[in-house]
Amino acid sequence: MPPIADSILILLLLTNFFILGTANLRSAIHGVALQGLLLGVLPLFVESHPTLRLVALVVATAAIKGVLIPTLLMKALRDVHIRHEVEPYLGFIATLFLCAIGTALALLFADRLPLSAIDRTGLFVPASLATLFSGFLGLTTRRKAISQVTGYLVLENGIYVFGLLLYQSMVVEVGVLLDLFVGIFVMGIVLNHIQREFSSLDTERLSRLRE
Amino acid sequence: MASYLIIVPLAGTLAAFLLPWDRLRPWLVAAVAATHLVLAAMTIASGDAGLDSEWLRFDALGRLVLLIISTLFCICALYCIGYLRLRAERPNRVFCTALLFFLGMTSLVALAQHLTILWVAMEATTLATAVLLYFNQNRRSLEATWKYLMIGSVGIALALLGTLFLAYGARLGIGEPTLLFPDLVRRGAQLPAPWVRTAFVFLLVGYGTKMGLAPLHTWKPDAYGEAPGVVGALLAGGMTTCAFLALLRVYGIAAAAGQGVFARGLLVVFGLLSMATAAAFMVGQRDFKRLLAYSSVEHMGILVLGIGIGGAGIFAALLHTVNNALTKGVLFLAAGNIHRAFKSKRLEDVTGALRRLPVSAGLFLAGFFAITGSPPFGPFVSELSVLTAAMDHRRYIVAALYLILLAVIFIGMGSTVLAVVQGVPPEDPEGRTFRESPFKTLPIIASLALVVMMGVWIPEWISTLLHDAARLLGGS
Repeated sequence: MPPIADSILILLLLTNFFILGTANLRSAIHGVALQGLLLGVLPLFVESHPTLRLVALVVATAAIKGVLIPTLLMKALRDVHIRHEVEPYLGFIATLFLCAIGTALALLFADRLPLSAIDRTGLFVPASLATLFSGFLGLTTRRKAISQVTGYLVLENGIYVFGLLLYQSMVVEVGVLLDLFVGIFVMGIVLNHIQREFSSLDTERLSRLRE
Repeated sequence: MASYLIIVPLAGTLAAFLLPWDRLRPWLVAAVAATHLVLAAMTIASGDAGLDSEWLRFDALGRLVLLIISTLFCICALYCIGYLRLRAERPNRVFCTALLFFLGMTSLVALAQHLTILWVAMEATTLATAVLLYFNQNRRSLEATWKYLMIGSVGIALALLGTLFLAYGARLGIGEPTLLFPDLVRRGAQLPAPWVRTAFVFLLVGYGTKMGLAPLHTWKPDAYGEAPGVVGALLAGGMTTCAFLALLRVYGIAAAAGQGVFARGLLVVFGLLSMATAAAFMVGQRDFKRLLAYSSVEHMGILVLGIGIGGAGIFAALLHTVNNALTKGVLFLAAGNIHRAFKSKRLEDVTGALRRLPVSAGLFLAGFFAITGSPPFGPFVSELSVLTAAMDHRRYIVAALYLILLAVIFIGMGSTVLAVVQGVPPEDPEGRTFRESPFKTLPIIASLALVVMMGVWIPEWISTLLHDAARLLGGS
C-alpha cells in the first residue's frame, strides 16, 4: 500500500476527531466535506492505471460526498435559522476520549482478522472501522437532527473506505452513491418539515411517541 | 417476461407522477397491481427463471417472496381506492408514486441474485416507505418518519458493511470477490470463517433492523402506529418479508461456509428475544395500532426462530412468511377502518367497534384469532410446525419458551382486541361520517379467505414452491 494512501487515511482519522470535537455545526459540515474530498482522491493511490472507471469514481465521489451533500446540509442550516452550536448529550471530552478508545480497538481488531498480505500493511481496515465507530458516536450522542445526519455520513464514509479494498469488484459503486445521495435528500426534506412544525431541529422535541 | 415485473411498476411510478388527476391515480395503482399479480402468476406457473443474467434470476425463494408481495400489494391497492377517496382532501401524487416505486423495488429484491443489487433495492424500499409513512403530514408522523429514516439508514449501512466483508472473504478464499449467491453457496467451503462470521453478524443486525427484530425494533411501534393502515400492511407484510429474504440469502451462504451452527444459534436468540419483547409490550397495550406493531415484532421472531431450529423448521418458517403477510393485511386494513371511524386508536376512545363497524370489526377479530394461531387459519399450521420442528430437534427448552410466549401474547393481545370490538360505542358528535363501502371491506375479506385457505388446504403448487425454497436453505 503506497504511503500516500496511508497519509490520507491518517488525515481521515484526524477529521473524525475534528468532527466530534467541534462545537460548531458549520465546522462539522466542513469536516464532513473534507472527508468526502479525501475519499474522492483516495482511489487514485489505490489503482495505478488511470481507467475511465477510476476517473468516474473519483469525480462522482468527490462531487457527491465532498460538494453536493455538504452544500445541501449548509443550505438546510441556513434555511432553518438555528443556533449553530452542536449541543451534545455527552460532553466533548468524553466523546473524544471514546473516539480515541474506538480507534485503538479498531487497530487491535483489524490486526486479528485474516487479511491478505498487502492489506495487512496498510491502514484501510482499521481506518474504516474507526471511522464507522466515530460516525456511530456522532449519531448517538448529538441532539440536533443535522448532527445526526453528519454522524450518519461519517459512518457511511467508514464503509466506503472498506469498499475501496474491493476496488476491482465494486461494480455498483454508482448505485450505492446514488442511494446515499437520495437518502440525504429525503432526510433534508424531513429536516425542513421538522423545522417548520417544531420551530427547532432539536430531536428532544421528537418525543411524543413512547409507551 | 420476468423483466416486466420491474418495468411495469416503474413505468406506473412515472405515470402516477405525471398524471394530473388525483381521482384517477388510485385506479392507476390498482391497475398496475393487478397486472403485476397476473405477470407474477404467469412467471411462477411457467417456471420462467427470469432475465438472461446471472444477477437477476428467480429461484424458488425469489418466486415465493414475489408471490407474497404481489398478492398483498394487489389487496392493498384495491383497498387504497376506497381509502384515498375518503382522504380526498389530501393530494395523493407523492403517495401513489411511492406506492408503485415500492412495488418495483420489492420485486427487484425478489429477483436479485447479487448481494449488492439486493442491498440497493432494500435501501430504495426504505426511502419509498419513509415517504409513505409521512402521508398524514402531522407532528406525530414526522417524528415516526425521522426515527424510521435514521434507524433504518444505520441498519442498512451496517448491512452494506457486512456485504463488503463477505466480498473480502470471497476474495481471500475463492480468489475473486464474487457476491453472487449461487457462487458463494457453491464454493462456501472455501470462505474464511472469521470473515463469514463477522459478515453474518453485521448483515443480521442490518437486515434484522429492517425486519424489526428486538432489540432493533424501536422504529416499529412509532412507524406502524402513525402510518395509514394500508402502509402498515405493506410494511408488516411486504417490506419485512423482503428483509427476511435478504437474511435467508445470507443464512444460506453462512450455512454453506460451515457456519450453520453459529448462525442458527444467533437466530434462535434473536427469535426468542423478539417474542419476549413483543409479549412484554403487548400486555396492557392501550393503542391498537402499536399492538399490531408488536405483533409484527413477535412474528418476525417466529420466522427467524424457525430458521434457527433448522430442518423442518425452515419449511415452517417459509410457510409462516406467507401466512404472516396475508394475516397482517387483514389486521392492518381492518384496524385502519376502525381508526378512521373512531378517529382514535386508543382504547379510551374506541369501544364497541362491532356495533358501529360490524364487518371491519369482525374481520379485525378474525385476524386476531388467525395471527395468534387458532384453527382453522393458516398461522395455526405454521406456528404448530415450528413447535413440532423444535420438538423433533430435541430443543425442549426452546419449545417450552415458545409455547409460553405464544400463550402470554394470546392473552395480552386478546384483552386489547376484545376491548376494541366489544361494548357500546361512544356517542359520535359529528354523526356517522365513515361508512363501510365494498372497497374498504372486500379486499380484507379476500385476504382473510386466503388465510383460511392456507389453513385448510394448501394448493399443490404453493406446497411445491415452499418445499423447493426450503431445500435451497438445506431444509426439507
